[in-house]
This record gives sequence, C-alpha cells and structure tokens, in this order.
Amino acid sequence: MTSLVIAEHNNRQLNGATLNAVAAAGRITGDVHVLVAGQGCADVAAQAAKIAGVAKVLLADAAHYGNSLAENLAPLVVSLAANYSHLLAAATTSGKNVMPRVAALLDVAQVSDIIAVVSDDTFVRPIYAGNVLATVQSIDAKKVITVRVTGFDPVAAEGGSAAVENVAAAADAGLSSFVGEELTKSSRPELTAADIVVSGGRGVGSSENFAIIEKLADKLGAAVGASRAAVDAGYVPNDYQVGQTGKVVAPQLYVAIGISGAIQHLAGMKDSKVIVAINKDEEAPIFQVADYGLVGDLFKEVPALCEALDK
Amino acid sequence: MERESMEFDVVVVGGGPSGLATAIRLRQLAAEHDVEVSVCLIEKGSEIGAHILSGAVIQPTALNELFPDWKERGAPLKTAVTEDRFLFLTEQKSFRLPTPPQMHNHGNYIVSLGNVCRWLGQQAEALGVDIYPGFAAAEVLYHGDGSVKGVATGDMGRTKEGEEGPNFAPGMELHAKQTIFAEGCRGSLTKTLFERFDLREGVDPQVYGIGIKELWEIKPEHHQPGLTLHTAGWPMDMKTYGGSFLYHFEENLVSVGFVVGLNYENPYLSPFEEMQRYKMHPAIRGMFEGGRRLAYGARAISAGGYQSIPKLTFPGGLLVGDCAGFLNVPKIKGSHTAMKSGMTAAEAIFQLLQAEDATGKEAVDYPHRLKTTWLWDELYRVRNIKPSFHWGLLPAMAYSAVDTYLFRGKAPWTLHHTPDHEALKPAAQCAPIEYPKPDGVLTFDRLSSVFLSNTNHEEEQPCHLTLKDSTVPERLNLAIYAGPEQRYCPAGVYEFVDQGGQQKLRINAQNCVHCKTCDIKDPSQNINWVTPEGGGGPNYPNM
Amino acid sequence: MKILVAVKRAIDYNVKARPKSDGTGVDLANVKMSMNPFDEIAVEEALRLQEAGKATEIVALSIGPAACQETLRTAMAMGADRGILVQTDGEVQPLAVAKLIKALVDKEQPGMVILGKQAIDDDSNQTGQMLAGLLGWSIGTFAARVEVGEGHVKVAREVDGGIQTIDLKLPAIVTADLRLNEPRYVKLPNIMKAKKKPLDIVSPADLGVDITPRLKLVKVSEPAARAGGVKVADVAELVAKLRSEAKVI
Repeated sequence: MTSLVIAEHNNRQLNGATLNAVAAAGRITGDVHVLVAGQGCADVAAQAAKIAGVAKVLLADAAHYGNSLAENLAPLVVSLAANYSHLLAAATTSGKNVMPRVAALLDVAQVSDIIAVVSDDTFVRPIYAGNVLATVQSIDAKKVITVRVTGFDPVAAEGGSAAVENVAAAADAGLSSFVGEELTKSSRPELTAADIVVSGGRGVGSSENFAIIEKLADKLGAAVGASRAAVDAGYVPNDYQVGQTGKVVAPQLYVAIGISGAIQHLAGMKDSKVIVAINKDEEAPIFQVADYGLVGDLFKEVPALCEALDK
Repeated sequence: MERESMEFDVVVVGGGPSGLATAIRLRQLAAEHDVEVSVCLIEKGSEIGAHILSGAVIQPTALNELFPDWKERGAPLKTAVTEDRFLFLTEQKSFRLPTPPQMHNHGNYIVSLGNVCRWLGQQAEALGVDIYPGFAAAEVLYHGDGSVKGVATGDMGRTKEGEEGPNFAPGMELHAKQTIFAEGCRGSLTKTLFERFDLREGVDPQVYGIGIKELWEIKPEHHQPGLTLHTAGWPMDMKTYGGSFLYHFEENLVSVGFVVGLNYENPYLSPFEEMQRYKMHPAIRGMFEGGRRLAYGARAISAGGYQSIPKLTFPGGLLVGDCAGFLNVPKIKGSHTAMKSGMTAAEAIFQLLQAEDATGKEAVDYPHRLKTTWLWDELYRVRNIKPSFHWGLLPAMAYSAVDTYLFRGKAPWTLHHTPDHEALKPAAQCAPIEYPKPDGVLTFDRLSSVFLSNTNHEEEQPCHLTLKDSTVPERLNLAIYAGPEQRYCPAGVYEFVDQGGQQKLRINAQNCVHCKTCDIKDPSQNINWVTPEGGGGPNYPNM
Repeated sequence: MKILVAVKRAIDYNVKARPKSDGTGVDLANVKMSMNPFDEIAVEEALRLQEAGKATEIVALSIGPAACQETLRTAMAMGADRGILVQTDGEVQPLAVAKLIKALVDKEQPGMVILGKQAIDDDSNQTGQMLAGLLGWSIGTFAARVEVGEGHVKVAREVDGGIQTIDLKLPAIVTADLRLNEPRYVKLPNIMKAKKKPLDIVSPADLGVDITPRLKLVKVSEPAARAGGVKVADVAELVAKLRSEAKVI
C-alpha cells in the first residue's frame, strides 16, 4: 500500500496545508508519495522532497497544470492512481475542487474532511457543521480523501530527502481556463488560515476602540476577528465574524477580548488549540472554554499585553 | 408597493390545536354537506409544530370527537398515563400528597403537543386546508363598516431601520368572510381586537403563568413510561403561585417543566432559574443522572379561566383556543378545550356560511353553542381554584379542597383576578434571590438553553420587541424594579449593559422564543410584542 | 439554455443536530427540514439567469423520500418551472447522487447544472465535482459570481486566498457559495401556483443507477466538550504561560 498526497502550491512555494495532509497519510500503512503538478514548479518539488516522511515526489510540469484547474489535474491523478491505495489532498478550496472529480472518475466514494485515521479504511469526519462526528469505513478498493488541516499537526517541512521523479503530463482537457485572481490584500493573515486570531466583542465598545484589538493582532502577526455582537453593533465589517454563522477558525492561539462567549461564538472557535480570554466579567461563559483566563478591564490589560510582548 | 390579496371563505390565524381543529372541522362539515368552504391557515412558525410547546398530558376528549379513529390514523398519542404522583416539596424534603381529582390522568396520554399538531396539520392538509407555515399575520384588516375583513401577512426583507431591503417582499392580504384568531396565549393581533371591539368589557383581566420546559433523554433504569409527577411548594415561596410537571413518555424521554404565576411580586424572581434549581431537589435530581437535555423552550399560558373569558365574537371573526383563554388551570390542560372551542366555532361558522353572505357578520351562535358543551361546565367548576392562590399556597390548597369536594365547583361565589403586571413590588421592598450557578450537567445558563430551542430570526429586520417609550427601561424598570425583564425573559433577550458608565437596555431580539412574557409582565406595559418576519422564532422538535 | 438545479432536503440550518444516544445515526425525529441553504442560492442564481434572458427553462431536481416533493415545491414557488423527484427511501451518497443527476442530464440535456457547494447535513462538498467528472464537463466550484456568455461562462470563485476567476466552456457545472446571491422570499401566491406546476417522479431503477452506498457508517458521536483551563493573575503570567507552557507565541 502506498499513499499519494496531491501537493498544494503556487508554482513557487509549497502551501503549508500539504504538510497536514502528509501527516494524515503518514497514519496509513505504507509509503507516502507526493505529487507536484504545476508549471515551472521544480522548486516546489524540491521543497516537497524535503518533507519529513515522504518517500518519493512525482513532478508533472506542464502549462495546463499552472492553475490547478480540476479539469486538467483530475485526469493526471487518475492516470497515476493504479499504483496507489490512497489518494489524499488537504481539504482546502483547491483540494475540495479536484479530489471528488478524481473519485468519480475512479468510481469510488470520497471521504471528505477527515480529522482522524482509525485504520486504513476507516476515518473520522465532522458532519452537521461539526456538531456530530461520523466514523466511516470505505468499502472501495481505493480511498480518495480530503484532510481537514486542523485535524492533523503538520509534519516537519525539512528532514526528508525523497527522490523527484518526472511523470508525463496528460493532455489539456481544454474545458476551462484561468482568467485572473484577486487575492485579498491585507497585511494581516487571512482569518481562517491564521495561526493566531485576536477577536474583539461587544466589550470593546466602539469601532474606534477596535484599534486596541488590531494593535495586539499586529504585534502577534495575527488575524482580527469579532463576535456577532461586535459585528451587529457595527464595530467591524461582517467578514470579521467568527461563529456559527460566520467563519469557523481553529488557530494555534485564539485570543477572545471582551467576548462573553455565546454558544454561537464558541461554535466558531472551540477547536482552537489554545484559547485565551480577557474579560472583566468573571462569570462570562468564555472562561469555561478558555485555557488561560484573565479577569480584568480590556482597556488596561490589552495595552499591557502589547507591552509585555515586546519584552 | 401594492399588496396582493387573496380571497377565502375562512382564514385561520395560527396552527396550534385550536386553529387546526377549527380548520379540520370546517372541511369535515363541508365534505359532509357536499359544499365547498375554502379554508386557509397561516402559521408564523417555520412549520406546523415549530412554535408549539406544552407539557403535555392530553385529555383526548376533543380528539375523540374530531377523529374517532385517531388511533388508526396514527396520531402520536403513544404513552397512556399509568400513575399520577403529587409531591409537596420543602427545600430538602418531599411529601406525597393525595393527587387532587383534577390531576387524575386515567385515560389521558403523555405526548409532544408539537408532534400532535404536526399530525393534525397532515390531517388538515389531507382534508384540503391550505396551510402556509412561515407567514405571520401582522395586521388585522377591516371593512369600511368596521368589521374584520381578514389579515395581512408581515412584510419580508425590511432592514433594521424599517426600510425596504434588496429582497423586500410586501405582505399579502388574506381576505375572508370569517377570520378565526387562534394565536395562542397573548396573541398580538388578539390584543388589538380586545381594544377595538371592547371584548374584555365586564370580564376579569386575563392572568398568566410562564411555563419553562426541557426535554430530557434519561437512563432506561430511571424511566417509567406513563408516570406523571407534579409538585407544589419549593422553590416557590408560600406567596408565589408555581409548580412543576414531569412526564415520562416514549423511549426514555422526560418532559420536565416549571410554571410560575406571572402575578409574582418580587422583581428579583427569575422563572428560568427557579426551573433550574427545582431540578436540584433531592426528590428530583436522581432521575436526570446520566441523562442528557435535548430541548428547551418557554411559553406563557392563560390562567384566568372562566371569569377571564372575553367576548368571543365580533363582526367578521372570532377567537378560539388560548388567545381567548380556555385553559383548565387545576388540570393544567388546555389543548382539549382549545380544540373543542375550535370545533364549536367551526360549527357556528359553517352554519353562518350556509345561511347567508357571512362577510363581516358575527357568529353569535358560537358562544351559545360553547355554553352547552362540556368545556363550559368544566371551566365553571374550577373557576375559584387559581384566584384562591392569591391568599398563598396553603390557604389556597385548603380552599381548593373545600371548593372541589364540598361545593363540587358550584360555590355560590366567584373569586376575581387582578392584572399580573401590577403585581410587582419595587425592588427596594424585596429581597434579592441568590440562585445557584449552573453546573452544565443538570442545570444550565440561559444562552446554552436558548441554543436548544433552535430559535433564530433573520438579523436584518426591525426589532419585533417594540417599546412605547424608550426611556422606560432605564427610568422605571431599572430604577424601581431592578430591571425585571432580564430575569423574567427565559431567552436572555433583555440585558442591561454598561454604555459609557450608564446602564442601557439591550434587546437581543434574535433570541426570542415567542413566549410573550415580556408583553404580559412589563410593569408599565411598555413592551409591545409584534410579529417578526414569518418563519422566525423557535424550531421546537418533540416539544 | 435549460438549467437543471439540484435541491436537497436537509435539516433546517437553525436546528442543531445531535447523535442518537446509541450512536447509530443522527436524531432527526420531528426536526424541521428545509431546502439546503446553498441549494436555495443555486435556485436563485438559475432564476436570475432566466430573468436576464440567459436561460429558458429552470428544472429543479431532488433525490430522496416522498417528502422531498415539498422541497421541489419550494423551488417551484421561488420560480422553477418544473420538478423531478428521484424517489428512494434508502441512503444516497454523493457518488450515487452524481450518477442519478448524470442520468437526468442525459435525458434533459441542460446547458448548465447549478448545485449548492455542499449540503449542511453531511458536509461532503462532492456532488457537483463528481457530476462534472462523470459528464466530462467543466466546473466552477464555490461560485461568487456567474456571467454567462456565448458558449462560455465566467465564474468568480471564492478560494482560500481571495477570488479566482475562471472561464468554462458550456455545458458546465456551477456550485454556489454563500455570497453568490441572496435568495428571494417565497410569496404566498407563488406557493399556490407551485402546487400546480408539473412534478415527475422516477426511481433510481428507472434511471438505471445502482445507488448502493460505498461508505459504511460505523458510528456517530458527539465531539468532546472543551474543558476550561486556569485563570492567570496578570498579563506577565499570561505571556509567560503562552511562551513556555503552551508554546504558541
């Protein structure tokens, strides 16, 4: 048995989510190979070769792989599938776009968004917006899997020395073409992908006061989020909202400031690795989920925290 | 934008037991007489049953009359009552009391009333009733002569400020020869009809209770299907009317609830927290060990009984069910009377529709018919029980025994009610109540509870909890009564928050579970509950 | 151009799902069911294309038990012209759904199929992509904007880093993301009209599709609740703990 992980990258740089996918593949019996398909992406293949635990890297370099279009990428993966028992990709928008097409072409089911490997054919995945965990067993000969990155700690990006092998490109399907891309320009990381998120709630009091939150975020290299109450009050735009109806985040560190911790908010951040809460109300429900709680006035504590981080 | 309109013979506002029974009976009569009667029923909940919350032990009297073959039709009445227990609680102890005769439940069933309504909804649709859930009746329409012309559903897609949003869809006018109001306790349109037609002239004010209910799944070894348990006493003090119900039914399910009379005096009282601490009583808590809470909700009920029944008809329409107030308080049952009132109304309306052009006419025969039914007799006999609680629990229990056993409900006097909102005493005259902190296992906080009601409202819409005077919450409620709305609201809608050193009322309208308690208990009647966008509010499963 | 829209009857988005206590599945007894919200967006998009003169007929399809007729009626009340129900009481997993839709595509010959990007019950996010694979069509997943041109459709997609725009040769599949549009309110008279619109019912066997599940549900469980941690006295202690104990900064 061998697993093939489809690498995600921008032709220059390997996307970190690939390391989580490799980690999931590592829980499955057998070697782990990585496919790097792109245009002028030899550097990425070299990076992939260094990933700890990767035995081989396949490189498919062709113009029509440059933008990871599903119509072109899927047939390539299918052409390689004969040698693999498991085909995996991170459950990013790119992985989600390509892998089900692969599964359909192979006439097998896909197991989406796994957060744990129980055995070579059995996996755990969240359903119903994470309110339920399903353990599912695939009865297909080949398993096509997408991996929820928050479910697996990434493997080390360095330490491996896999061989890079060129594979032949499949033909351009000619069904689709890349037109353009507007990537969000923010000096801060994207909310759902950030390692650290600093969120403010109603306790922040005004949109001007949100500068305090932003200052701390910049100090930590964090994304800025907010509770629904803060969005409702008009302190920040809608796309800041973390929660059941907003964005679901699971960063390494989540700092909740002036957020009481309504269940709707908790639904959006409870999978964070470490949660810090700063709130003046000792009874606030947020403290029930916080790893570190600081009872105090945010207008005093947050600037103090910024200062302490400089030390 | 112009509103479109549609015409029906009868429009029914509300898909609870009374509204559905009215609609069903009308279509049955039409079929029996081979005539066409078009019946449209609208319901503000997202589906029939979504807003229904009740104990419930149902007495099948009315159902037997409406569908003698309800068993064959698969009605969800599955657990017959097998045992009635009645306990008097003190803080640590419990005393078994003889079960009052009104609380004997032989022949009754423990049900989810929501599921009974879902089933009634299916029966109604099969009989040709046009049922439209997700549409709230927001306005009563009148003819030039002042008679009721129908209702209009609420606009959809208005912004918070009340402007027309990008998806704005105006409400729709539903015109009918007869409009049936079956809104349930404290109906928002019924309230306007009371005023417009002076329907409460000469009757006692309506009085209310708030019932807070949880649905639990408990360990099989603790489950005794068919058992009903009622308690009086702790955690209520001797002056406050309230008690619990606890029903074991179906597969390891328990309905547990606490009802507090809304004539309570102490503004520090929190019905929600009374319910939570009631579960901690040594005689109760064991039942829930190892169980899990599945659902939560709350609803006000009308408790005035006989002497609070308003005039039931007016030109163009009438009232059925709990918006008129047919609850039998000592029995704590109202769905059989609600259905009976609807069926009786249907018969009167059917007769009216056959006799003449019923448009704008008054179905005066309805109250006459009602007075000849078992419903009227039943409510008359128990009329003095609830008001006697004004004297406190023990005198009331003594009085109730005399009234029930000696006079058999026919005492030559009638006790009277005073309005609930006048009952609160200033906070300065009352002792704050210290409630235990929730443990997250047996007892919970408001927010995690509201979460289990599955309630939601479209964020972008005008607030449906309107204040007549926006300064009252701080000036009167907070200053004199220590902000009672933050305690009596079982859904955490009302909060006083610090804004620049000043306490200001914040209304989290999205949390609202449509219980109507605020509309009832606000000391100066400053809160007016109006219908939000249709489909909003709780989505109770199995409640 | 005819547009086919797939709509799924799923748990209402306001209702919180919960595993049954014996772990055999999710407790759906008497819970409110609605059209999957992403599918509502898909229907809305199809209607807007029709209103813009880009589409001629909108056909809604659903797969599942008889109750899915209600979901199709909702789609028709929104404005879809007719409905097709592939009726089955068994479990239908995404691959089987894609095969059933493919069979309907072969029959109906639409120029475009629009689906929600995922259903909020099983959260698989597969069906549209699988359908595109089976048909050999192009696909625009996570659509935030759809512009139909002559023989082509331009789709702006919500990708992790922002918005990516691709150009697809028609016929094509589009899956709708949250911000594609805001679905209209269903109006009462349209609900009445929808009752009279044609609704065909076929079975998977009629379409010659084997719907045997490929994934076996072993069990379901509730995610572990998070336990509370410690209170720190001051900012200095907090920073020290984050650095040395949690090692997250």
